[in-house]
Amino acid sequence: MLVPGSGSALRSVSVDLNNDASLVIDIPDALCERDMVKFTVHTKTTLSSFQKPDFSVPRQHEDFIWLHDTLVETEEYAGLIIPPAPPKPDFESPREKMHKLGEGEASMTKEEYAKMKQELEAEYLAVFKKTVQVHEVFLQRLSSHPVLSKDRNFQIFLEYDQDLSVRRKNAKEMFGGFFKNMVKSADEVLISGIKEVDDFFEQEKTFLLDYFSKIKDSTAKAEKMTRSHKSRRGFLSKNANLGSVCELKNQKFEFLLEKLSDLFEKLRKVEGRVASDQELKLTELLRYYMRDIQAAKDLLYRRARALANYENSNKALDKARLKSRDIPQAEEHQQQCLQKFDRLSESAKKELTSFKGRRVMAFKKNLVEMAELEIKHAKVSLTAHPIKHTV
Amino acid sequence: SFSFSPTFTFSKFQILSRIPQPASLPALDISTNSNGPKQDSLMDDDPEDLFAGATEEVSLDSPERDVLLSDGPSPAITPITPPTSVIAPRIGHIEEEEGGDSFDVHISVSDPEKTSLSVFKQRDFSVKRRFSDFLGLHSKLASKYLHIGYIVPPAPEKSIVGMTKVKVGKEDQSSNEFVEKRRSALERYLMRTVKHPILLKDPDVLQFLENSELPRAVNTQALSSAGILRMVNKAADAVNKMTIKMNESDAWFEEKQQHFENLDVQLRKLHASVESLVCHRKELSVNTAQFAKSAAMLGNSEDHTALSRALSQLAEVEEKIDQLHQDQANADFYLFSELLGDYVRLITAVKGVFDHRIKTWQKWQDSQVLLLKKREAEAKLQFTNKPDKLQQAKDEIKELEGKVQQGERDFEQISKIIRKEVGRFEKERVKDFKTIIVKYLESLVQTQQQLIKYWEAFLPEAKAIS
Repeated sequence: MLVPGSGSALRSVSVDLNNDASLVIDIPDALCERDMVKFTVHTKTTLSSFQKPDFSVPRQHEDFIWLHDTLVETEEYAGLIIPPAPPKPDFESPREKMHKLGEGEASMTKEEYAKMKQELEAEYLAVFKKTVQVHEVFLQRLSSHPVLSKDRNFQIFLEYDQDLSVRRKNAKEMFGGFFKNMVKSADEVLISGIKEVDDFFEQEKTFLLDYFSKIKDSTAKAEKMTRSHKSRRGFLSKNANLGSVCELKNQKFEFLLEKLSDLFEKLRKVEGRVASDQELKLTELLRYYMRDIQAAKDLLYRRARALANYENSNKALDKARLKSRDIPQAEEHQQQCLQKFDRLSESAKKELTSFKGRRVMAFKKNLVEMAELEIKHAKVSLTAHPIKHTV
Repeated sequence: SFSFSPTFTFSKFQILSRIPQPASLPALDISTNSNGPKQDSLMDDDPEDLFAGATEEVSLDSPERDVLLSDGPSPAITPITPPTSVIAPRIGHIEEEEGGDSFDVHISVSDPEKTSLSVFKQRDFSVKRRFSDFLGLHSKLASKYLHIGYIVPPAPEKSIVGMTKVKVGKEDQSSNEFVEKRRSALERYLMRTVKHPILLKDPDVLQFLENSELPRAVNTQALSSAGILRMVNKAADAVNKMTIKMNESDAWFEEKQQHFENLDVQLRKLHASVESLVCHRKELSVNTAQFAKSAAMLGNSEDHTALSRALSQLAEVEEKIDQLHQDQANADFYLFSELLGDYVRLITAVKGVFDHRIKTWQKWQDSQVLLLKKREAEAKLQFTNKPDKLQQAKDEIKELEGKVQQGERDFEQISKIIRKEVGRFEKERVKDFKTIIVKYLESLVQTQQQLIKYWEAFLPEAKAIS
């Protein structure tokens, strides 16, 4: 199933992207084949580093992961927040429903079946849009970052018109992903164990650790709430029965029941939109920033690691001085560690500050949009009611 | 909390004194029961006319929506005098006693015509009744009226599960819900019972409404031996019904019977749907409340002041929305779901009445067959020389002839009563559903309006983030 991309209107979770016309990326469409999704990554650029000014390539989800991982494992970028990798496309839920629909086909009327099928397709589409958007945002974060946008692998990702899977395998063999594994293990312990000299980082650390656990919880609860909203739509569709409750030669009553059925249909559609808007603006927002905060935590971790290295090098230098051996190497090593640490700290400070600004703006945008949508949908619901009332 | 207590007007209703045989009305002999009602033949049962009243009611599009909620076909339609009394029972819950809950039944009678024929000595009075009293009342009415064709409203069900729950915890949320459910069901039951013109005149009903003390009703314990006996009888009846093949000469009955079968099926389906809706809404409410708490914590954790405030506001909005969900769930339940449940049970009573008619027919047929046999026997006896036996046979035949006539009369009587009852029932049903639907729609509208208010209050907070 071919799906047109979300377009700029649905750029829900991130802000201030793509305002630099020198490198504009979007995912105009995607193809869903069985278990695989093929995204069409479209680039428009004025930079001379690219061979063409306007081009598209097909990419799979795994390619995005490869790109993310190579960025994480690049030493140079240790002081940057690497945008979180997009999650795997998850069609589990609509696929299950599709199954159930297929099984229950015999026991439904033609109308019911067609209606359910339509709903199901809408749901499939919603999941689709979500995954396209999240992959798109990932690329746009990269393109709008002054350092990351110049990354060689990023360029390959955008331009290379062959299949990337060969490269992916090679990369795995080369890095073996061990830096990634290192980051994953016990990062919290290391971060909190470091004696912090810089107030800024001390605050950031405390804040990020706490905020992460809270936002993780909020994301989970928001997911539950959104799911509840969606599942409610099940009832009102069975209301074909309402009309048959009449069976009287009473026209006015029949008319009333018909209106009621119509109303329920409309309300159901509105509910569906409310649920998906809530998911996009609220749940997705929380989910995205949870991952982003994890990326920020990873940055703190790397800095903590660099600090640990520096402290170790200090100890080594002291030892060398005591033993009067290998002093120059130890001094040099210590210098390197210090430089690396300072570079990292400086870069990290910048990143974290702009991260906060970005985060606050994104929250504002999405909360405002969500409130506006809720109001709009409630008003639409009201106009669907046959009773006179004040809107 | 949400309460549902519509008032109903008795229109085609004339309150008679308690004297059993008013001279002005044709007496109807229901020999099977001395306590039987007298036929009020002033209630004409032309089905078309009854619905004419319903169709005059205003559609929802018109601004005079209030007219829809009140009743009152114009006097021109009915040949009898206009309403004389309005009886509005309201039920409140007092306390739990050993034998079960006690309820405060408050009756208010208003008498616009100020006729002196009102059976009630007071305008406004209250009595205390136990749950078992209600069941006892129903049991008496059922035994008196069901088999002659009157649709006696069924009493709320006694549920063992519910009862043990109540005894466990007094302050329990679910036990409060259970009590409220029961109270509401009793109120509706009583309302329907007093709305029935014949039942309202019944001495047991009047006693129930007015007497300060009632003897404890027996035979109402669940799983009592009488209860089991009743269940067994019901089952036997079901089997009998299958084997009785009645020659239905009246197409009306066949059509109506089919109609009620269909209605039964549809209502049950719809009821199940609404029950699942209530479930889902409650689940949504729980999830919303949990999210609200989480968002509040997130807001506390947030170090950007304006965003922190906005997140806390969001948490508050979601909390209020949760309350909205709960209120809506209550409306779904008390308005819709319980109405459907009531009608599922009512239709069972209607079907029972149709069954009784078949049984009455059967009885009549049986006595006819017996008469035939006796006549044959008598004919044979003519040729023998046994004058005593002959006389005995002749006597028996005379008795049987009387029985056959009675059987025919009974059958015609029950048929007539059923026709009228069905007409009244259908009219009431339309009214009930209409009222409930309007109320339900209003509740939906209110919910949406509240939602708008909450989000509109939140919006400036969100916009204030910088």
